[in-house]
Amino acid sequence: MNIMSEAAVEKALDQKMNTVPFKMIGKDVSVYYGEKRALFDVNLNIRENTVTALIGPSGCGKSTFLRTLNRMNDTIENCRVTGKITLDEDDIYDPTIDVVELRARVGMVFQKPNPFPKSIYDNVAYGPRIHGLARTKADFDEVVETSLHKAGLWNEVKDRLHEPGTGLSGGQQQRLCIARAVAVSPEVILMDEPCSALDPIATAKVEELIHELRTNFTIVIVTHSMQQAARVSQRTAMFHLGNLVEENDTDKMFTNPDDQRTQDYIMGRFG
Amino acid sequence: MTDIASPTVRISARPESAKRDIGIKRRYAAERRFRAYGMAAISTGLFFLALLLWTVVSNGYTAFQQTTITLPIEFTEKVIDPKGERATDGKVLQTANYPLLVRDALVKQLGIDASKRPQVKQATDMVSASSRTLLRDMVVADPSIIGKTVPVTLLAEANIDSANKGQIDLRVEESKRKVKDQQVTWMNQLAEAGVLKKSFNTGIFTFGASSRPEAAGVGVAALGSFYMMLIVLVLSLPIGVAASIYLEEFAPKNRLTDLIEVNINNLAAVPSIVYGLLGLAVFINFAGMPRSAAVVGGFVLTLMTLPTIIIATRAALKAVPPSIRSAALGLGASKMQTIFHHVLPLAMPGILTGTIIGLAHALGETAPLLLIGMVAFVVDYPGSPMEPSTALPVQIYMWANEAERAFVERTSGAIIILLIFLVVMNLGAILLRRRFERRW
Repeated sequence: MNIMSEAAVEKALDQKMNTVPFKMIGKDVSVYYGEKRALFDVNLNIRENTVTALIGPSGCGKSTFLRTLNRMNDTIENCRVTGKITLDEDDIYDPTIDVVELRARVGMVFQKPNPFPKSIYDNVAYGPRIHGLARTKADFDEVVETSLHKAGLWNEVKDRLHEPGTGLSGGQQQRLCIARAVAVSPEVILMDEPCSALDPIATAKVEELIHELRTNFTIVIVTHSMQQAARVSQRTAMFHLGNLVEENDTDKMFTNPDDQRTQDYIMGRFG
Repeated sequence: MTDIASPTVRISARPESAKRDIGIKRRYAAERRFRAYGMAAISTGLFFLALLLWTVVSNGYTAFQQTTITLPIEFTEKVIDPKGERATDGKVLQTANYPLLVRDALVKQLGIDASKRPQVKQATDMVSASSRTLLRDMVVADPSIIGKTVPVTLLAEANIDSANKGQIDLRVEESKRKVKDQQVTWMNQLAEAGVLKKSFNTGIFTFGASSRPEAAGVGVAALGSFYMMLIVLVLSLPIGVAASIYLEEFAPKNRLTDLIEVNINNLAAVPSIVYGLLGLAVFINFAGMPRSAAVVGGFVLTLMTLPTIIIATRAALKAVPPSIRSAALGLGASKMQTIFHHVLPLAMPGILTGTIIGLAHALGETAPLLLIGMVAFVVDYPGSPMEPSTALPVQIYMWANEAERAFVERTSGAIIILLIFLVVMNLGAILLRRRFERRW
């Protein structure tokens, strides 16, 4: 039921995954921090139940783009976004759209694990509580358990749900943050370099988790690791100096990219 | 060939590099010097702190002891109510000649001839004139006591108290000192009989202002201070925290808010006496509130404390890691929910510390209170903040102006009490901080 622009439809037909509908459509998205322009007319569409990786050298605008998708840029002073981004049919920058509601539909996991200084249980239950998604104690228990299951953390923490979430290891904290995001049942989950502060074993666990979450959620992940992008994503978008260089199937991107700059970046020639 | 050559070059380079003067000694010397300066600064501070505490405590600890004289007082009806009118006329018990009862008991105890007036006068001078009120209150509370003989503990007069504590040099010529030889003899006589002794001075905690040192205490002033602290806490904490949250989290960053911020920082540095003038002009002259009332003092101190609390609260809010805000906002919490569920609880230790430091500052403030008329001689406990009252530091100021030896020790005693209050408040701040921080 997605309405796509003609150009987007054409582009979609060019791709291998042309049967997968778009969940979010970004059209001519530009972002300004005061006078400085950080993104230049980016046209990027996010496919449903797909992991889309955003790659590119530091400062290329990939995190900025990610943050436009749930309007986290609103919290930054002097930040201005132009263009149009839709989630299903809704223009998320439309004045009638409530940012609270949008963020309940588009969740986010941050670079550094940032659990609340509360118990594991309260961390997961917080989202459902403020959005009124659960009412009774039993409802909350269920949401907490299923969310922790989905984040692959249940078996590790089921005996200490009421201990502080900040007492977990880094990898567990990050999975707790994923469970917290999942508990609100969002449609899209944005991940901003979720493994950059984790060791390789914790990273492997989170990647495995991302792979599983794909069946229920649409995932957009920013990463600095080429290998990670190749491992977890189906689609990859390459940013450079605020421009979208190329967006393609991950397999094609890493074997035979259309753009020379992508080739150079993947081969480690710049960035 | 180069592969073999290069290591040899490197090895030969090493001893030379070790000889290089990179100023290691100089750097360590600089560090040692800096540490020595720091230690010197801290020891100077500690020395003066110790000096201050030593002076106050050595002068003041005797204020917590008071010489008392326990006499069997005979509540003779002939003296209290010679005409038998007490059932009809309530004034009789109020106006009766109670000092006469003390005199009779004393004369009997010391075995003096009651007809020798100068000697009797010297004897009665040994007992505080406040005994009158003490006996009156006993009789008014329980008129059935009339006709009985009851042992009553009376306060010794201030000079006798000083002499008993060894603060008056008895080697000085008799005419030049306030305690006469005869009185000293009696003192020793009474002390041997176990009638005159030193006991813990509860009066300093309970009495109000008095021109007689033995009957003066900080009780009334402490209640006035308590009223003011209550007003300051109730007003400045909510106003200060609300203002800080608005300024820090909601207000747009523009010229106006910058101006407000600069002004708040400046207000924190305004001399406190200026706040007193402000209170005098606004609360008393304009709003017509009563003079020397705790409510006005509370308002003035609130104005004075607000900048401190706002600055501390804003710093505490700023110190909350932005990742916590992002986490809450990313989950779809509104700004209000983010602040009240996450930011404020984490900022709480800082806010409480700032508040208690502000309160402690307000508790020790004297200058603004002088201007709004709180340098008052208040004998009775104020029933409400609207009634005339005084404050602990003002009481200290007033006692410091008195000349008598007994007031000198009481001044230091009151300072000790004030310091104990401050230490307790700061301890409270530390404990609260610990408790809230553990939640992290």
